[in-house]
Amino acid sequence: MADSSHNHDAHDDHGLAHPVPLKLLFAVFFTLVGLTILTVITGQMTFAGFDLALAMVIATCKATLVCLIFMHLKYDKPFLGMIFLFSVLFVGLFLAFTFLDSNEYNADINAWVRDNMTISQ
Amino acid sequence: MSSTTADAHAGGHGHGHDHPKHLAHHFETLEQQYGSGKLGIWTFLLTEVLFFSALFVAYTMYRAQYPEVFQFASQYLDTNLGAINTIVLLFSSLTVAWGVRNAMLGQHKMLCINLLLTLACAGGFMGIKYVEYSHKFHEGTLWGGHVDSIFKADPADISETMKEHSHAWNGDGELVAVKDLDPVFRQRLGLFFAVYFCLTGLHGIHVLIGMILLTWLLLRAMKKEFGPDHFGAIDFGGLYWHLVDLIWIFLFPLLYLIS
Amino acid sequence: MTPSTNTLERTNYLNATKGFMSWFWTIDHKRLGLMYMWSVVAAFILGGFFALKIRMTLMPGAVDFASQTAEQMNAYNNAFTVHGAVMIFLVIIPSIPAALGNFVVPMMLGAKDVAFPRLNRFSYHLWIIGALLFTGTFFIGNLDTGWTFYPPYSTGSTDNTVILATLGAFVLGFSSIFTGLNFIVTIHKMRPANMTWFRMPLFLWAIYATAVIQILATPVIGISLLLLLVEKTMSIGIFNPELGGDPVFFQHLFWFYSHPAVYIMILPGMGVMSELFATFSRKPIFGYKSIAMSSLAIALFSFIVWGHHMFLSGQSQLMSVIFSALTFSVAVPSAIKVFNWIATMYKGSVAFTTPMIYGMSIIWLFGIGGLTGLFLATLGTDVQFHDTYFVVAHFHYVMVGSALFGFIGGIYYWWPKMYGRMADNFWTKLAWFMSFIGFNLTFLPQFVGGSRGMPRRYAGYGTEAGYDSFNYWSTIGAMILAVGLTMALGTLIYSMFRGRKAPSNPWGGVTLEWQTPTPPPEHNFEIDAFPVGDPYDMNLCEYNGEEEGFLPVNPRADDPCVADVAIDPVYFEPESENAPA
Repeated sequence: MADSSHNHDAHDDHGLAHPVPLKLLFAVFFTLVGLTILTVITGQMTFAGFDLALAMVIATCKATLVCLIFMHLKYDKPFLGMIFLFSVLFVGLFLAFTFLDSNEYNADINAWVRDNMTISQ
Repeated sequence: MSSTTADAHAGGHGHGHDHPKHLAHHFETLEQQYGSGKLGIWTFLLTEVLFFSALFVAYTMYRAQYPEVFQFASQYLDTNLGAINTIVLLFSSLTVAWGVRNAMLGQHKMLCINLLLTLACAGGFMGIKYVEYSHKFHEGTLWGGHVDSIFKADPADISETMKEHSHAWNGDGELVAVKDLDPVFRQRLGLFFAVYFCLTGLHGIHVLIGMILLTWLLLRAMKKEFGPDHFGAIDFGGLYWHLVDLIWIFLFPLLYLIS
Repeated sequence: MTPSTNTLERTNYLNATKGFMSWFWTIDHKRLGLMYMWSVVAAFILGGFFALKIRMTLMPGAVDFASQTAEQMNAYNNAFTVHGAVMIFLVIIPSIPAALGNFVVPMMLGAKDVAFPRLNRFSYHLWIIGALLFTGTFFIGNLDTGWTFYPPYSTGSTDNTVILATLGAFVLGFSSIFTGLNFIVTIHKMRPANMTWFRMPLFLWAIYATAVIQILATPVIGISLLLLLVEKTMSIGIFNPELGGDPVFFQHLFWFYSHPAVYIMILPGMGVMSELFATFSRKPIFGYKSIAMSSLAIALFSFIVWGHHMFLSGQSQLMSVIFSALTFSVAVPSAIKVFNWIATMYKGSVAFTTPMIYGMSIIWLFGIGGLTGLFLATLGTDVQFHDTYFVVAHFHYVMVGSALFGFIGGIYYWWPKMYGRMADNFWTKLAWFMSFIGFNLTFLPQFVGGSRGMPRRYAGYGTEAGYDSFNYWSTIGAMILAVGLTMALGTLIYSMFRGRKAPSNPWGGVTLEWQTPTPPPEHNFEIDAFPVGDPYDMNLCEYNGEEEGFLPVNPRADDPCVADVAIDPVYFEPESENAPA
């Protein structure tokens, strides 16, 4: 979206250096602010079960923008982006296994809590 | 931590006469040196993501098991303060990204200004966080194990001062009185705040580390140490700062926007 | 007679600078490697002391079981906890990657140093801080939780030693992360131009796979220990069911790191073995690509099997079945490696040098350790074996038998490069023999005792339980093992001062670290670019009688290793290289 403002005049290439055009930086910032406001507004509405999913989609959009432009993954070797995606993949793996298990045994913990709770009144 | 990553680079203890000034002795070219730093910092960011992962797993697990608890607990968090903090951090991300551009182009003065702005934002973020935390300590909306917490199953365990002063305990206007809640439910509210304090606390520690890093970069920038062939430390410090922002981008809707 | 390629009399990395600070504050990867090595040895002696204490307590007749006081039993709990924690966090995890890896990896790459030398120094200093925190627990009480620190016990009634120990493990975790990070970047970015991924020595593949585990898994133990600390000091409640938390969750967190950590321990040992088998069979390694890929496969599989530690810890049956099935998959890449090593020896001219003997004995030890792992991965049998000495014997066969023997074999292999001297042939082999016999005598009886239900972590059993003979032989074996390991250390220290001066390539390795004088100069090499080819083309060097070591067949004109030597190749006779000078 904001990529269209890619400004070639700002490229003073010094071999290593690849400065991101200023216009693009600002465009990304304002998009991020807009998305934040959007997520606050949608957060106060209810969408029958999709609230969390919607909030996560917006957050992922924001994160992608930060990664691609602010962290210049768009201009770097794809390997660096892959490292990052790999870490997210591993978090997903960790989450999936643990989540699957805790869903199964959670009833035992709840039963223990019920049996061992003392209320003095 | 990450300052050392960058430091290993930036020092430039090159001795060979055909070596460029900023090239460390064990690298062949500046490209190799910069590429190594870049790979190093991204690998470090990967470890940071996994470092936070445990808390995100805890969050997901408990939220899936006790959705109504999380929904209820979210009302004790101030959405406006959270949103302001989000924008403060986003702005600091902009200034850091801008600062990296300044370093690449050799704009020393602008680089210092941008780093200062970033530091100011980080300070502002911590300030707002302080306001939020102190409110919670005042109200007793804390994890169950804390002495002043009002989220304990047994009302006899809750301190008398909190019973008198806490608006959350007694109910106040739109707030449901915590004292009227089911004990098990009340106990689990404490669990939400355990996760809340761990997540935001760990994130806050990262902001503090980032502030130390930024100060160090600012001091070096003031000595005009960065330029078109020597901006690695700024770039890598900036990447760390963006990660801190990225984590907050997810924390904000997860904690503050549960409807 | 001194080999002409020995630089002990000239300037080398050992004598280039002098004084305590020139070592403590060095960024030279070789010096850091040596300091890691000696620190690990010191920690090993500490951990070994506690191991002997355990065995002495369990020796039938030594301590009267019935009349033991609570304090004595607490001291026993302290002994096995400290033994486990020290051996794992301070010894095995940093042993090969940090000590040998630091010394060898940059030289194998033909590089001057690792990518981030100061980060490397920082890792070592973190190790020291972690070690000090651990030893600090001795002064404030008993650490009696077992090395796994499970809540609610660790966060509840036990001593505050847990705080120091978890802090120590946290710091050591970061030391390990930074080492892994350094190696990943070094291997990616510092390879010579013509060293492609598939021309890397297999030790580098193993270190790379290890580093991947280190950076992916170690942060998770970091956060788990941090949460444990918060739980212990502020009762945050995430793991405490009395506050609504979930104690099994800690075990998930803990084993998400600690199972892959097992492969942090064993993979580098496997890397050392690949080098040993190729060099001492004087044959290209069999199945290069499958060994390299199996290292990566082990690294990835290690992340999806952690639940097999939790079959009886409240984990759900669904997940137990899934984890059990997945666990078997790790056996495949492990077996690939073992078969390839054996195939490498087939029709090779095997030299029974000390490092090679360590390598060969690992096939036996790892075979037993690995195969008994399958018993434990099977749900039904694990119910019987869980928390018995069968488990203890299994993981000692893998961790001591394979990782520690690999470490010692690796030290003997690279020792001439480190100190420029050869260790004595006879005494090193005798030390190996004692260690090997002692080790098997210690742990084979534990398999039998464990399969008959002998539970682990008990301060005593009493004669009527019927475990006396197992404990008796186990303790005898432990004493023989201690003698053997002490002898091994003795041979090394003796050779540092009195050993025969080593040629630059005593074993005939063709990887790059053998192409520099012994001991190496400060920046590793005196020449710049290397012709990098097949790392296991054994025709590249030939035994030279005058040198008492190997020399390149077609040396470069500027090669410092051969400058003063007339090329006069003779046939390689394995035993003659260690003959007294």
